[in-house]
Amino acid sequence: MPRAFTPKVITANALLEGDVVYLTADDIWTRDLDAAELLEDEAHAQLRLIEAQARVHEVVGAYLADMKPSPHGPEPTHFREEFRRTGPSNYFHGKQAEKNHV
Amino acid sequence: MYKYNDFDAAFIAERNRQFRAQVERRIDGSLSEEEFRPLRLMNGLYLQLHAYMLRVAIPYGTLNSAQMRQLAYIAERWDKGYGHFTTRQNIQYNWPKLQDVPDILDALGEVEMHAIQTSGNTIRNVTADHFAGAAADEIDDPRPVAELLRQWSTDHPEFQFMPRKFKIAITGAPNDRAVIKAHDIGIQIVEQNGERGYRVLVGGGLGRTPMIGKVISDFVTEVDLLPYLESIVSVWNQIGRRDNKYKARIKITVHEHGIDEIRRMVEERFEQVRPTFGGIDQQLLAEIRESFAPPAFRKAEIDDYTRAYDSDPVFRSWIDTNITAHKQADYAIVSISLKAHGKTPGDATADQMRTMADLAERYGHDELRISHEQNVILPHVHNSDLAAVHTALKQAGLATANIGLISDIIACPGMDYCALATARSIPIAQEIATRFDELKLEHEIGPMKIKISGCINACGHHHVGHIGILGLDRAGVENYQITLGGDGTEDATLGERAGPGFSYDEIVPAIERIMNAYLAHRETEAETFLQAYRRLGLAPFKAALYPEAQANAA
Repeated sequence: MPRAFTPKVITANALLEGDVVYLTADDIWTRDLDAAELLEDEAHAQLRLIEAQARVHEVVGAYLADMKPSPHGPEPTHFREEFRRTGPSNYFHGKQAEKNHV
Repeated sequence: MYKYNDFDAAFIAERNRQFRAQVERRIDGSLSEEEFRPLRLMNGLYLQLHAYMLRVAIPYGTLNSAQMRQLAYIAERWDKGYGHFTTRQNIQYNWPKLQDVPDILDALGEVEMHAIQTSGNTIRNVTADHFAGAAADEIDDPRPVAELLRQWSTDHPEFQFMPRKFKIAITGAPNDRAVIKAHDIGIQIVEQNGERGYRVLVGGGLGRTPMIGKVISDFVTEVDLLPYLESIVSVWNQIGRRDNKYKARIKITVHEHGIDEIRRMVEERFEQVRPTFGGIDQQLLAEIRESFAPPAFRKAEIDDYTRAYDSDPVFRSWIDTNITAHKQADYAIVSISLKAHGKTPGDATADQMRTMADLAERYGHDELRISHEQNVILPHVHNSDLAAVHTALKQAGLATANIGLISDIIACPGMDYCALATARSIPIAQEIATRFDELKLEHEIGPMKIKISGCINACGHHHVGHIGILGLDRAGVENYQITLGGDGTEDATLGERAGPGFSYDEIVPAIERIMNAYLAHRETEAETFLQAYRRLGLAPFKAALYPEAQANAA
C-alpha cells in the first residue's frame, strides 16, 4: 500500500542571496515559514511544485519539505528543516538574526 | 613564496572575467541553474543550506601577510566578518551573495589567489605538510613540487571531466603531517643512494569506502615525476567507473584491478607520456624552486625567551604545547590554535586574520600556513620573538595552548552549513572542548586527535581520528557513531567502530567515559591513548561505552 501523503511546503534557496525561502498561497516567496502554504493534498502539492520549479530566475532547487500544521503555521518534522528555518547553531546568523526581514 | 608570472595573472583575470559574465547571464535569466551550476562549481561556488559558500584555494596551505589581510577584507566587506579554514587547507566563506562573487574573485586575484578547481571532478587544491620548509625532520621542501602540480593541473585539458574529484597531498618528511595515505595520490620525498626522488602512493581515501593508499612506486626520479603522475591520472580517467559515483574514485579502481595491474598499466602509459615531456617542466620547477628559497634567518640573543619561559607558566604551557622544532637553530614553528574552547574549529575573525598577518610580517618572515587540522602556522619565528608573539596572540584570543590535545578537534561544517550533512558536527566539537576544559583533564590526557564528520563523506577525517565521530540521521534523529584507534600519520590506520551510535545528548558523556577508561588503563603517564588502544584493543573502551550491555551479560 502506498504511504499516506503527509503535509508539505514548497521550499528553495533564493537565487541572489542563496537563503531559504518558502512559497505562500498567493505565489510569493517568503523568508518566513509561518507564512508558507501548507499543502495537504498530494495532487495539488505536485502541481504547485511544478509551478515553483518553473520560477528558475527567482529560486534554486525547489522541493517539497515535510511539515506538520500548528497554530502559527507549518512546523518542521525533521531537524534539517528546523535548521534551515533557524540558521546555524554556532553563530546567531541567518534566519534567526533576520526575523522580520522579507 | 611563488609569485605569479604574467601568464598566471592573465589566466586568472580572464577566468574571472568569464565568470563575471556567467553570473550576469544567470541573473538576467539567459542561463538556467542547470547550465550555471557546473560553471559556478568550477569557480568554487556552492549553494549550501542557508546561503552560497565560496571555497578559496590556499595552495599547499601557504599564505603571505598581504594575502591573509585580503582574506580578512573579503570577510568583512562581503561576508559576516569571519572565514572558515578547512581540512583541505582552503578557506570557506559561508555567506556571500551571488552578485558579489565576481568582485570577491577579483579581490583574490589582486593577491594572487583564486577559487579555481576547489570543486568539481578535477584535480583539487594540492595539499602539503604545513611545516614545509621549516620542519627539522624534513628531507626537502615539498612546496615547489606542489606549485608545479598546481600549474600542471589547473585547466589541464585532459583532466577537466574526470570520473570524480582527485586529491593529491605531498610531504617532504618521513613523519607524515599531510595524511598522504588518505589521498588519491600521496607523494613523499625520499632519498635513495644520495639521489632525491619520490615515493608515490595511490588509492587512498576516506568517505564511504575508506582505504589506505598503496605504494605504486618506491622511487620516481625528479624528471619522471610529472609524466608519472600524469600517467596515473590518465589511466584512471580512462578506466575509472563513471557508471556509479560511489565507485568512481581511484581507490575503488585500485581495489578492483589490484595495485599490480594498475602499476603495469601506468608504466605502459608512462612509455607514451614520458617522451611528450620535453624538459619544460624541469625548467619551470627550477624557477619555482628559487622562489621557495629559505628566508634570511637571523641571529639574536635568546636570554629574554629563557627568562620568560622560566617565569611565566602560561607562556611555558603555550610553548610546550604549540611549538614544534625548527630546522634552524634558535627558530621555532608556532602553531596558532583556531580551537579556543567552545569556539568553532577553524574559524577566524577578520581581526584575528589581521593579527596573524601582522605577526607574520613582523616576526615570521612574512609567511603563514594553514594546516589540514584547521590551525594557522607561523613557520619561521626566532625564539627571541616568541614572547612578543604570544602576548599579541593572547590579546586576539588566539593563544589557546591545546595543539594536539583533546580540544584541538577537526570538525567539518556539518549540518550547520553543509547541504550534504546528515547531522551537526560543530556543536559536538564545541561541547567536547568545553567539557574537558572544565574537567582540567586536557593536559593529563595528552596527545589526542578527535575528528568529527557530519556525514559519510568524511571531510572531518573521522576514520583516522584516535577517536572518530560520524554524525548520521537515524530515523529523523541525529546519531553519532564512534570509531577508535584511527591514525592519519605515516602509520595510517582506519579506526574501528565501537558499537551502536549515541544521541546528540549522549555523545559528550560517551567521549568522557572513553577518556576515563584510558586514564584508568594506561600503564604510565607516557603511554598515549593511541598506544594504550593498540595494546589493549577495543574491549575496555567498549565496556566503558556500553555499561548496560556489560551488566546484561554478567
